[in-house]
Amino acid sequence: MAILEVKGLCKNFGSLVAASDINISVDDHEVVGIIGANGAGKTTFVNLVTGYLKPTRGTISFNGRNITSMPPRAIINSGISRSFQVPQVFGSATIFDNVLIALGIAHDGKFPIWRPLRRADLVVTTDQILERFGIAANRDHVANQVSQGVRKLMDIAMATVHRPRLLLLDEPTSGVSVEQKFEIMDVIMGALRSEKITVLFVEHDMDIIARYATRVVAFYDGTIIADGLPQQVIDDPHVRRYIIGEQLRLKAEA
Amino acid sequence: MLTFVAIIVDALVYASWLFLVAVGLTLILGVMRVLNVAHGGFYSFGAYTAAWAIGVYFERGLPDAGSFLVLAAAAIAVGLTLGVLIERGLLRWMYDRDEVVIALITYAVFLILEDAVLLIWGVNPFFAYQPSTLLGNTDIATLPFPNYDLALVGLAVLIGGILWWALSFTRRGKFLLAVIHDREMSVFLGINVSRLFTITFIIGAILGALGGAVTAPIISVTPGIGVEVIVLAFAVVVIGGMGSIAGAAVGSLLVGLAHSAAVHLFPQIELFMIYLVMSLVLAFRPRGLFSQAQMRRI
Amino acid sequence: MAADRTIPYIAGALIVACVACPFVPSWVVFIGIVSLAKGLVVLGLLVLWRTGLVSFGQSLYYALGGYAVGLAYRYGGLTDVFVAVILAAVVAGAVAFVLGFLLAGYRDLFFAMLSLAFAMILYGVLVKSESLGSTDGFTIPVPTFAGLGPGEEIAQIMLFVFTAACILAACYATQRYLSSTAGHLTTAIRDNEIRVEYLGYSVKRAIHTKYVIAAILAGVGGALVSLSVGHIDPEMTYWTTAGEFVFVAILSGSASVAAPFVGSVLFELTRSYAMQYTPLTWHMVLGAALLLLIMFLPNGLWSLFGKSARVQ
Repeated sequence: MAILEVKGLCKNFGSLVAASDINISVDDHEVVGIIGANGAGKTTFVNLVTGYLKPTRGTISFNGRNITSMPPRAIINSGISRSFQVPQVFGSATIFDNVLIALGIAHDGKFPIWRPLRRADLVVTTDQILERFGIAANRDHVANQVSQGVRKLMDIAMATVHRPRLLLLDEPTSGVSVEQKFEIMDVIMGALRSEKITVLFVEHDMDIIARYATRVVAFYDGTIIADGLPQQVIDDPHVRRYIIGEQLRLKAEA
Repeated sequence: MLTFVAIIVDALVYASWLFLVAVGLTLILGVMRVLNVAHGGFYSFGAYTAAWAIGVYFERGLPDAGSFLVLAAAAIAVGLTLGVLIERGLLRWMYDRDEVVIALITYAVFLILEDAVLLIWGVNPFFAYQPSTLLGNTDIATLPFPNYDLALVGLAVLIGGILWWALSFTRRGKFLLAVIHDREMSVFLGINVSRLFTITFIIGAILGALGGAVTAPIISVTPGIGVEVIVLAFAVVVIGGMGSIAGAAVGSLLVGLAHSAAVHLFPQIELFMIYLVMSLVLAFRPRGLFSQAQMRRI
Repeated sequence: MAADRTIPYIAGALIVACVACPFVPSWVVFIGIVSLAKGLVVLGLLVLWRTGLVSFGQSLYYALGGYAVGLAYRYGGLTDVFVAVILAAVVAGAVAFVLGFLLAGYRDLFFAMLSLAFAMILYGVLVKSESLGSTDGFTIPVPTFAGLGPGEEIAQIMLFVFTAACILAACYATQRYLSSTAGHLTTAIRDNEIRVEYLGYSVKRAIHTKYVIAAILAGVGGALVSLSVGHIDPEMTYWTTAGEFVFVAILSGSASVAAPFVGSVLFELTRSYAMQYTPLTWHMVLGAALLLLIMFLPNGLWSLFGKSARVQ
């Protein structure tokens, strides 16, 4: 049963074609990896689906509802969420406060002025979330001053606070050291698995893709050139030619 | 028909005056990203110095024609002195601070300059009307217009033209444009941004003082003219787009037309016409008429 | 937590001030009312400042509050403080609600200039209006208090107590607001608007709300000052008045709801003395003080610009 349906999606910036005729259908509980060179349209795709950009043509449906030109906050409130390539955080606040504010918005919604933000139930939940994402030790550190990896994890944690059914992660392991990449993905996927969320994640590292994705979609020049099981896509000649190179052999599964 | 001519000519004169007053501000804002509130102080110092100098000049019985040079000399003297003092003495230590903090600093300087004017020249008004009467009048469609006002139009066009040429065609000008777009990158490309800042600030100060100097002969120079003018200058800069000289020119023309039409046809709204224009422009172009495209953030 | 003690401290200080009223010269009471009332305007600026916005047009609502009270007296014979303050709040809030739709879309200098523009448009309208006394404005009589019509000196003391009560109520309400989720959507918006939108909350709506809150505070402040001074004129909405409020906001810092009032009282006291002894250099003193503050004592400024401020 398709949770996300994209049909004929196009996006032009003047004469620049950022996305051209994108068609994709994602089912519940899939974990889809999105690959492609820089400028291929991966982030544009995420921006289109989450409402940051308005498509020039095409439709996007979520759970049967047409969400094509809705603003980001309406899309978030429908059950989709995303993380960012460059973590978007509240820089001057602590890690704890960042997540707390996210929780506050999720809980207090339309009338966020009656109750104090720092109340027992929200504080407890925030600590649980920090624990689940492995950043409890950074609780009182200011977001601007922690490492990129911690910021990334927090960014993703904040995206899950709304209990989304569909989560798009934009390069969750970029800017993070090589050793940490698998660690971070383990934490993220572990945290998400318990929530039964459908995940689409943009990733450059093919080993990560091979390890975590149940399906792979390859972007090139604004359009999808391959879509299927990881091994199929990785062996696809166009994908080898334009994206991952002819010589790639994957690390043996751990 | 006569009213139409009057509106157009008055509009051009007012627009030229606005442009002369605002162009220094937008230059400094565009290049240095500094909201120079002290610009009002340059204006009043320029006006007072010019008025005083004109008084002394004519007392000595010197030839009439030279009085225009006196205006220019006053402007340059004020701009150079204040510009160097403020930029080298204060601002250059503050460039790493938040933009709002720098604006507050210039606001503090403005307050100091306002009272400095009082201390130096007292509270009584100055009159230095002589240069404005020297040129006589011209009849346009049988309506007399002071040639001094028309000369203002010429001056505005001249200054606008020089700035445009300097920015587009000289090497230093292109450096300025580079700094406007990306300060950090300019530093890495070897442009002496620090010296460029000083020169830009001085030029901006001179232009601000010039605005005051050429206005002195047609007003009574009183304390508080800086306060009145600074808001107008900001409005023009905002309408035109921050840092855009072309924007300041077009913005001045727009406001000039609206103001002139109001004076002749709807005097009740003349006082706040400029703010109406600004609100309308911002409603359709939120960052002013000529604003830079914003980079994608996520 | 510091927040727990602020309101009781404010209440204590205000009670002491009220008790002291009969024993101090009446000009002190007068300055007290005016500076505290202006502090309300600055409190509104604090809320906006935390959101990263500077309004150079709060004088609009300050004047609207004053003129609402004045016109209600002129055409309706109103002199009661309770009704006056509620009227001022409603008028200011209504205008801000309408203007907020446009203003909530702007930031930085454009927000500042647009807010200033509206204040100056009102100035232009008031100055051209002969029936309202043009630049001279008009006077209103000593206020009454729920039917009580005391003589002038007692009225000032009662007005002080009333003002103090208003300040306490405003501080409490603002404090509660700032500790709620909506209140945290001030520094959050200043830090990262995109993030707020992507958490499902409308930034425009948040800014609109804060703008209305600041306007209501400014309107009440304007009403109280008018009732105390007994006079209303267009200068109330001139941009330099707005500039003064901004100046006091900087002086006070945004760390606590008590700060605007401390700053405002200090400012008014300094101004009175400076006007008496050095009327020609009052602005210079202000400018020099601001420079020194920025260079050597940025604590007040730090929390404004969030370099080390923590979200409360």
